[in-house]
Amino acid sequence: MTIGLLRRASLLGAGLAAALSGAAAAGEYNLTVDRVPVDTGTFTRIGIGYNGATPGPVLRFKEGEDVTINVTNNLSEPTSIHWHGLILPFEQDGVPGISYDGIAPGETFTYRFPITQSGTYWFHSHSGFQEPDGAYGAIVIEPKKREPFRYDREYVVQLTDAHPHSGDRIMRNLKMMPDYYNRQQRTLFDFLKDSKEMGLDAALSERGAWGDMRMMPTDIEDLQGFTPLINGKSSAQNWTGLFTPGERVRLRFINSSAMTYFDIRIPGLKMTVVQADGNNVLPVPVDEFRIAVAETYDVLIQPTEDKAYSVFAESMGRTSSVRGTLATAEGMKGDVPDLRKPPLLTMADMGMAHEGMDHGSMNMSGSTHTMPDGSTMKGMDHSTMNMPGGTHTMPDGSTMKGMDHSTMNMPGGTHAMPDGSTMKGMDHSTMNMGSSDPFYAPGSGLMPAAANGGKFLSYNDLRTQKPLYPHREATREIELRLTGNMERYMWSINGIKYADAEPIRLQYGERVRFKFVNETMMTHPMHLHGMWSILDTGKGKWNPIKHVVSVAPGTTVFMETEVDAPGQWAFHCHLSYHADSGMFRKVIVEGGPEGKAAALPVKTEG
Amino acid sequence: MFTRYAALSALSAFLLASPASAEQLFWGIQAEQLEWRSGEGSEAFAWDADAFVGTDELKVVWRSEAEYATGPNSFETLENQLRLQVPVSTFFDAVAGVRYDSPDEGPHRTYGVLGLHGLAKQWFEVDADLYLSEYPSARFEVEYEGLITNRVTFTPSIELDVPLADDEATSRAAFGPKLEVGGRLSYDLLDRAIAPYVGVHWERTLGESGRLVRAEGEDDDVVSLVVGFRLMF
Repeated sequence: MTIGLLRRASLLGAGLAAALSGAAAAGEYNLTVDRVPVDTGTFTRIGIGYNGATPGPVLRFKEGEDVTINVTNNLSEPTSIHWHGLILPFEQDGVPGISYDGIAPGETFTYRFPITQSGTYWFHSHSGFQEPDGAYGAIVIEPKKREPFRYDREYVVQLTDAHPHSGDRIMRNLKMMPDYYNRQQRTLFDFLKDSKEMGLDAALSERGAWGDMRMMPTDIEDLQGFTPLINGKSSAQNWTGLFTPGERVRLRFINSSAMTYFDIRIPGLKMTVVQADGNNVLPVPVDEFRIAVAETYDVLIQPTEDKAYSVFAESMGRTSSVRGTLATAEGMKGDVPDLRKPPLLTMADMGMAHEGMDHGSMNMSGSTHTMPDGSTMKGMDHSTMNMPGGTHTMPDGSTMKGMDHSTMNMPGGTHAMPDGSTMKGMDHSTMNMGSSDPFYAPGSGLMPAAANGGKFLSYNDLRTQKPLYPHREATREIELRLTGNMERYMWSINGIKYADAEPIRLQYGERVRFKFVNETMMTHPMHLHGMWSILDTGKGKWNPIKHVVSVAPGTTVFMETEVDAPGQWAFHCHLSYHADSGMFRKVIVEGGPEGKAAALPVKTEG
Repeated sequence: MFTRYAALSALSAFLLASPASAEQLFWGIQAEQLEWRSGEGSEAFAWDADAFVGTDELKVVWRSEAEYATGPNSFETLENQLRLQVPVSTFFDAVAGVRYDSPDEGPHRTYGVLGLHGLAKQWFEVDADLYLSEYPSARFEVEYEGLITNRVTFTPSIELDVPLADDEATSRAAFGPKLEVGGRLSYDLLDRAIAPYVGVHWERTLGESGRLVRAEGEDDDVVSLVVGFRLMF
């Protein structure tokens, strides 16, 4: 009923546009925010949705139209809607306390903004834990011009991580016991197995090294115990998209999870990535890709056989999976792969700061490793770690020769440090030396690999089709260290949580280079509102344009932003419980079109 | 003059340090031990529990420890503490507070509490407290959660209570420590909220305190079998 109304409203908008040719089209949309039931088949609870459902409706906009969206809050608490990835006036961005006051219970707030872009995006609440509780929907924006690829049909594939606990309860549990939801901790049996495989001494020293830091190699997902859904449906409920053999199908993947990264594949089909975060990229054929929380990827597939294919998404920590189906008729089911073995973090993922990591040249010599206890391990040259029988150059110039890495089998091996101390339990056996990806720490346990041994998408493969901005040197660099204390479940930027932080001040007209140094052992999807994030993959003007930049543990990642949107914006880790506990900043853009404020910044934040 | 200046600067420091947005308040209840002890002619209910409310920077904790003997229907020990906890390092909180002991037998005692609470290397949960009064004492508690599987946990614990002065009315003599060693095997039945367990609890009073305990006609060495559940909410 309401969706019917919505469709009628958008038809009305289109009709109006036709009548007033020449003038910008104006689409009007109505959304209600409601308490809705969530039924995953394994649990039911009351969550939050739009127009009576979660996920809410797919909003279809047209590039160039002016939209009016009336949002009625039927909850007994304030709400908000943030238009994720949309470039719009900051008052319309939907972040309570930054863009506006939010939407009071019973109130209807009208958003009005022009649609200046195209692609796949999404919308969600920015109030409390309404988003993890189900308040999200998809946005599809049709471009003005022809796209550089063709397809016969399209589907939105929105991934979410429904949890039986409410967001508030999850946060409280995490604060009380940060490993509350980690049911993949290493047990006595794992220890016995390790002892058998690597010897008791090695197993003990490996355990000792982690225990020394009070960290766990299984700390990959803060939140387990959720049921992943595709378009609101669990594996058993089996979301199905139909195709006719030979058709080209566009899948618009959106990760609207609160906390979960997914690795996605369609066994038997190659996917061609054509858009990342709504922007066209040079097509990349892949077998599998990882989608960070809040990212979107559009892929093309061309199934030729008359059969069912599973769209299979595994959580990065391999604690859960969901499949949907692409089939030639309803009710068909493809094979569902088993969950792969959970990865284990390695010492490379351990809160080490890789200073001066140059993604272009991959030259990492002179990097500094900050150990969790604050001491540093300088100058460890990881670039040589890829050389069989390579040499470790120590800062004092001495070398550690003859270390045979060719076997890559050093369970529980010991690295001698210049001061004579040792770093035990570095597990080289999990190092994936075959494929290197500059967006993972060398030797990272999180390094993904395609299930069929084929191509796994890397950020390094992304190359924009059309630069949105003329390429120029950044006017300044702002270093943002991603920090936290996992034992207290406190997350922060530069060691300061949002509640205690000064806003980041940018000047209208400047181009800022953000340097993310991930000092934690978790992966953080960093999201800047209002402006594009140009991810530095060393491709200059062809660097991909994104709204979420995922920073893996132990890495340094750069992104640049043309500061072209006046006002106040949010900038945060998109993992809901990390953002809420402090990995969040307000960004103030000073100056604007009237003033054309001077682009001569002096101060570097931090 | 000096004190006024100090007060003023303390106030301004407080105002400047006040957060840009409201601190979130969290709360929780946790009972590490909530059990029935049975051994050598004595049967008792016992608990070791705490509840907290606070922020990342400051927590108010109510800690309660007791042993209620069902034979005489009396609290053999009953101890309540109100503690303030502030982080002093990555893994440790400093503790300050008061402790009030009110067993049915014996005198009631009030102590000031100074301590450290946190997670030591290798995941040992540590409490080290100094109890200050006319009859000071020190207490050191260590607990370790050993995962057999991701739901079955073996939790060994050691508690050492050392009187630093004679307190004959409570059968304690200076440096005559009381040692409690426990081992509990639990199963996470409902989430982490309820975990029933079985285990062994051993109490031994040593040195001069042991003699005082024996003089009272009590045992200085008690082994009990325990059945109970851990609670967390």
